[in-house]
Amino acid sequence: MDEELLQEEDTQKDKYLTFTLGEELYGIDIRVVIEIIGILPITKVPEVPDYVRGIINLRGKIIPVIDMRLRFGREFRPYTDRTCVIVIEVKEVLLGLIIDGVSEVLSIPEGQTVVPPELKAASNRYIRNIGKLPDSKVVLLLDWEKLFDVEEEKMLSGMNEERGTEDGTV
Amino acid sequence: MAENEPMVEVFIYETRQFLEQLEQVALASEDSGSFQPEDVNEVFRAMHTIKGSAAMMLYDEISHLAHAVEDIFFYIRELHPEKIDVSAVTDIVLTAVDFMNGEMDKLDSGAQPDASSEELQKSTHEFLRNFKLENGHDPDVDLRKAKNKTPKAAEPAEPAKQQYFIQAVKPEEVKTETGSSHVYKAVLQFDPEGGMVEVRAFGVINRLEDQASELHYLPEKIIEDETAADTIIKDGFKLWFTTGLGVEEVRKLLDETMCLTGLELTELSSTAECEYWPTPKQKAAQAVEEASPIVPVKPEAKPWPAPMKQAGHEGHESQMISVRVDKLDRLMELVGEMVIAESMVTQNPDIRGMELSNFDKAARQLHKINGELQDRVMALRMVPLEATFKKMNRIVRDMTKKLGKQAKLMLVGADTEVDKNVTEHIGDPLMHIIRNSIDHGIEMPEVRKEAGKPELGTVVLSAQNAGGEVVIRIEDDGGGMNRDRIMKKAKEKGILTKPEEEYTDQEVYSFIFAPGFSTKEQVTEFSGRGVGMDVVVSNIKALGGTITVDSNPGKGSVTIIRIPLTLAIVEGMCIKVGGSGYTIPISSIRRSFRPEEGDVFLDVSGQEMFMEEGSPCPIVRLHRLYDIDGAKEQLTEGILLVTEADDHYLGIFADELVGVQQIVVKPVPGYIQAMTKMTGITGCTILGDGSISLIIDPGKLMGLLVE
Repeated sequence: MDEELLQEEDTQKDKYLTFTLGEELYGIDIRVVIEIIGILPITKVPEVPDYVRGIINLRGKIIPVIDMRLRFGREFRPYTDRTCVIVIEVKEVLLGLIIDGVSEVLSIPEGQTVVPPELKAASNRYIRNIGKLPDSKVVLLLDWEKLFDVEEEKMLSGMNEERGTEDGTV
Repeated sequence: MAENEPMVEVFIYETRQFLEQLEQVALASEDSGSFQPEDVNEVFRAMHTIKGSAAMMLYDEISHLAHAVEDIFFYIRELHPEKIDVSAVTDIVLTAVDFMNGEMDKLDSGAQPDASSEELQKSTHEFLRNFKLENGHDPDVDLRKAKNKTPKAAEPAEPAKQQYFIQAVKPEEVKTETGSSHVYKAVLQFDPEGGMVEVRAFGVINRLEDQASELHYLPEKIIEDETAADTIIKDGFKLWFTTGLGVEEVRKLLDETMCLTGLELTELSSTAECEYWPTPKQKAAQAVEEASPIVPVKPEAKPWPAPMKQAGHEGHESQMISVRVDKLDRLMELVGEMVIAESMVTQNPDIRGMELSNFDKAARQLHKINGELQDRVMALRMVPLEATFKKMNRIVRDMTKKLGKQAKLMLVGADTEVDKNVTEHIGDPLMHIIRNSIDHGIEMPEVRKEAGKPELGTVVLSAQNAGGEVVIRIEDDGGGMNRDRIMKKAKEKGILTKPEEEYTDQEVYSFIFAPGFSTKEQVTEFSGRGVGMDVVVSNIKALGGTITVDSNPGKGSVTIIRIPLTLAIVEGMCIKVGGSGYTIPISSIRRSFRPEEGDVFLDVSGQEMFMEEGSPCPIVRLHRLYDIDGAKEQLTEGILLVTEADDHYLGIFADELVGVQQIVVKPVPGYIQAMTKMTGITGCTILGDGSISLIIDPGKLMGLLVE
């Protein structure tokens, strides 16, 4: 069984599901991706940061969905037919990522990636590597572990909450 | 629980059942003051089986200890000693049971049962020695061997015959009865994983006995010979027999055997072809030659009665199966999902407003079946409290013995059924409360006598169904609680939140549930450390239950635990606020009404209030709290739900009521829980149209308001 697992891991190694957010191409490790679905009705949840749009019902499972545009501080764009939700599983937790559209699965060997430059922008922390494609395009490879780290989230949501209450009192 | 090999799991399961049985029998015997023959047999049988299966699993320490205890009961059974210290024997059984239970726990968690039982074995042997001496028997004679030799020397052929022949030879009779008799040879292979192959083999013999006119098998001594199991696993279990049944019937009969992996059945033309077909004479001779120390027994005292066990055990197995709880959990989940799916179909927006009489009929049928299914699956998870209750007997016994008190435990309504989950979590709280009752409640016999009470104290543990909940009461007729002492201690601890005079008796007594609270000056083995009662509270809260305590000085105290029957499916009122749906458990709603102009007023802090039963009651507007757009602003246009929690009222303002629905409670995803306090929201549920509704707990909402 272990061998089988290893093999499976192997065939999925260095494969990335790429998706677009505005002009940029992002990649996420295919091993954490469960499925890709169209946008479903979202139930809003109180008291969460903006980018957590709420929860959806995926065949009886309740999954939180996150708008990646808002997550990376972009402008909100209304959802269309092309809008997709990538369902990923990290540490047995299911999450839906709302993105502009998926493109394809690419194989990007480690040799073709570079470490991102040290920039201060917060969203940059969540890019683990930058993959170079033959046609001189680049893919920003997400560090999904950091992206959904609860501690990190708490910090962020804490900031948001403060902002929220400030807004409220103004 | 760690994943174990199936065989180990079977072993743990069976052994635990035997241990439980042992404890019950031992306690009952001690109560009645003597060991009844059937009890002795039962203990002997249980110990013998544990010994056998433990030896098979190579858990020698368990096996040897079981053997030592078995010896005592063998002695009691065979020689009926007159002087029996029932209490001491019970002690030995109980310590052995405890030791084995501890080892089972280790196995359960995936460790090896490595504790040494040598001390216990030694003390058990010593006890038996003294026991024999007291009764004037020679302690050094190995009873089993002695017993085996006696009858053999006297009449060697007779018992041997009885041992080997399941039934007297009567081939002629069979022939006349059925017209023809067939000779068969069968080789059975068992799955060693299933464990206890020798027992399975014995089952086969038992079943064939009635059908076969003559029956021989190898290995011969299935139960008595310890190597039989290995031989059966290696070479298969071989049978030769004559019967009136046809091939297919025989095959069918044999196929019913449990854990059968291979069956080879051949019909032979005559008994002469059988490789093993001893004549009675041969067998008798062989038996004498062997002079084996194990075999023959007096007719009236069979070696531990295997057939009886067969009836009880094997028969039991065919009626009961043990299922892993997680499988049931999954089933329950699926049923929950089906309830949702059903309403997704029947309340589908696509068919709304259409006249579909046939569809409606079918839908009603589906609803009925689903309801039934839901009830059945819930019933699957329901187990009587009996086992949990009976465990308390042991605690009462141990404590009264050590403390020199006298008390008996009365169980009432032990057949009340609760969710499996509940029985698992209620054991510890009950134990703590009963310990408290005996340690703090029941007085010493002298004190009781002075107070005009019977010396024997009584603790009543009762359970009953009341509506959607189970009520468990623990009542003692002890001295009751000392209000002043509790109050004094509470003051010392600084846990008073209002002036002393304002506390009701109940509130004072409830202090005992505070963490680290103990009025006991001295820490004893059983209580006084102050831990315990707060464990009780947290365990019961985890089950969604409540606990209250009351006391009557000098007369005793009573603790009442209320636990909902099920946590998974509740009835909820669905409401709408703006575009979002929320659900409030029906149980916490008092009433709902549309407020009129003038019903609502503001208090000094600007909080909206209305009058409910003569007292002001605050209003929460969900759309403001949860920041929902597009909700009704005018109180007179919406609806006000009056909810009740912890004796407080709270008005919740919503746009409209959608209706009452059975809802399956699902937890809010951990990802979201981690980042918010989830203001008053305890879970979520999926509604008939597939949308998600958040479940509001008015109690939490109220807590929020108070802050």
